[in-house]
Amino acid sequence: MDVLSILIDWSPYIIAGIAATLGLVLIALGIGVLLGLPMALGQVYGSRPVRWVIGIYVWFFRGLPILVLLFLFWFGIFPGLGLGDVPAFVVGAVVLGLRGAAYQSQIFRGAIQSISEGQMIAARSLGMSRSTAIRSVILPQAMRIALPGWSNEYPNMLTDSAVCYAIGVAELLTVTSRIVSQTYVTMPIFLAAAVIFIILNYGGLKLLHGLERRIEIPGFGSGAV
Amino acid sequence: MDQAVFIFDILLPALMQGLVITLQLIVFSAPFGLALGIGVATGRQYGGPILSRACKTFVLLIKGTPLLLLLFILYFGLPSIGITLSAFTASVIGFILCNGAYNSEYIRGALISVKDGQMIAAQALGMTRAQAIRNVIMPQALRRAIPGLSNEFIYLIKYSSLAYMITVVELSGAGKNVATKYFIYTETFMVVGIVYLVLVTITTVAVNILEKRVAVPGMSRTSAAQL
Amino acid sequence: MDRNDIVLRVEDIHKSFGDKEVLRGISFEVRRGETKVFIGPSGTGKSTLLRCINQLTIPDRGSVWLDGEEVTNSGARINYFRQKIGMVFQNYYLFDHLTAFKNVELALLRVRGMSKAEACEKALTELRQVGLEDWADHYPAELSGGQAQRVSIARALAMDPDVILFDEPTSALDPELTREVLEVMKRLAQQGMTMLVVTHEMGFARSVATEILFMENGVVAEQGTPDRLMHDPRFTRMKNFIGQFDSYWGD
Repeated sequence: MDVLSILIDWSPYIIAGIAATLGLVLIALGIGVLLGLPMALGQVYGSRPVRWVIGIYVWFFRGLPILVLLFLFWFGIFPGLGLGDVPAFVVGAVVLGLRGAAYQSQIFRGAIQSISEGQMIAARSLGMSRSTAIRSVILPQAMRIALPGWSNEYPNMLTDSAVCYAIGVAELLTVTSRIVSQTYVTMPIFLAAAVIFIILNYGGLKLLHGLERRIEIPGFGSGAV
Repeated sequence: MDQAVFIFDILLPALMQGLVITLQLIVFSAPFGLALGIGVATGRQYGGPILSRACKTFVLLIKGTPLLLLLFILYFGLPSIGITLSAFTASVIGFILCNGAYNSEYIRGALISVKDGQMIAAQALGMTRAQAIRNVIMPQALRRAIPGLSNEFIYLIKYSSLAYMITVVELSGAGKNVATKYFIYTETFMVVGIVYLVLVTITTVAVNILEKRVAVPGMSRTSAAQL
Repeated sequence: MDRNDIVLRVEDIHKSFGDKEVLRGISFEVRRGETKVFIGPSGTGKSTLLRCINQLTIPDRGSVWLDGEEVTNSGARINYFRQKIGMVFQNYYLFDHLTAFKNVELALLRVRGMSKAEACEKALTELRQVGLEDWADHYPAELSGGQAQRVSIARALAMDPDVILFDEPTSALDPELTREVLEVMKRLAQQGMTMLVVTHEMGFARSVATEILFMENGVVAEQGTPDRLMHDPRFTRMKNFIGQFDSYWGD
């Protein structure tokens, strides 16, 4: 049986696998921003205990292999909390997200710290509160500076999402190995999967770089992190 | 079963065996990953159009493909075209390719950052291009690339766990086997995680020492955020 | 004059960058022990000329001869000629990752293939020659501009060159540091080193140069000994140019 007809026969599964992969990535990136940004603010502006707790969190989630984190949450923590029925997809997305938050918080932190002190002083001199100054002066600048670094989280997240294979999430790699075990056609199917991953990877990056250009401000150096 | 008995009498001895395999994976992969990174970066920066293009494509393909898929290709895929590798060998080759591709990006960035005058001065003394790259450009570039390269080394430690997915029972695999046998998951994987944290932390400290020892006044490191 | 005395012969060098012709036919000969000083407005190709001599820039036309052997079109042998033609750059270009001593030693080991002991002795001798043996273990970033430039002179000297090209060696230095570098160069000239110097230091040109070549628009417009240039009324263009540096020209 030739490769093309296999791919066509299995296309509904492949498409579902791609959707699951992208779903994992998008949800995890979302969780990463929602948690990573407050964590970054906490690390820059927070009290000592707050900084300490966030530091431990970051150290833990960046120090463990994604595979071990997935095993820990899938076999250990979720069932331990009585959440044994939560689907693998959700566990995968949550773990990728929690880990992504640790990485993203450091990107945001670097960006916030790169904003010159004069910005805060100027904002306060206008009578803004500290939190208003952060929200309306510091963050809009910091987010633009963070974007190029943040964009790189996308390919990392995409390739990491494949490890969710280990807990049985029906993402693209899982679908691929299922096709291989059913058809006994190995190399061409694996290579086709690699091509799909590469397209998703660089296609997504292109979109993100387009976004970077759209929010560019003249004379405001990006990549200054 | 008493938790202490489980951890000290059952888990840790099993993990030690796995740790040995993990360390072997790293020791066999890292030097070749560095060498590959240097080669690819040099080829891309100083090679002719064809070599440069080939190096660029290599990096693009490896970075675009999940490491786990790469391991599947090496271990499950290659036999179909007549190349059968042991799981350990397939893992090491996969790690070398991946580590080398990412290393090359840091080294290339560092090569670009070395000022043009260094090459000009070396050539003015009668060095060939290759001699200038080896004696003048690369020593400077590698120093500047240390933060990036050490990040990749730390990634290598962590991603070596993926070897378990192609049946190499290394640290994570050893933990998984114990956890499944005794139905003790959270504690087991926490301990496994701590072992990785120790490895990563030791590496971080060692890299800081290395960086200080090879530091040259006035040659500040490029500001790649650490880790 | 004995023709064997001619160390370096430059014939009809042309060089364009894009559609700008920087060098439009430069020819001259250098005898052993001579110091030729090139002056002229910036952008007239003086630095390009030096780089064409050791082929760091490849000229479009013309040839360069060292001791009767052709340097241009010499293929891989260019690295042999570059050992024989030393060069000192405006921004020193010391190897940033090596101490002053290792900067001098590196090419002795890797290019000339000296033994470690030989290279070490030679490097120290050259550093002593420029008065920096006490600074041997310092890195470039720890040296003043004047010291760095003297190390780069030692680095060039260590190769036992037949001729050294100086490309605006003091332009990046303030006056105090300029003097210490010029003194080293003056001593080299007195010791019989053959030198080609691109500079704006008119005092140096006048007191050290065997011949001054005034370059303008890619050609040697006027040339002669410092004395002739001072007293011969025909050299008007150079005098006008030098007028801007009057304070340096006086005794």
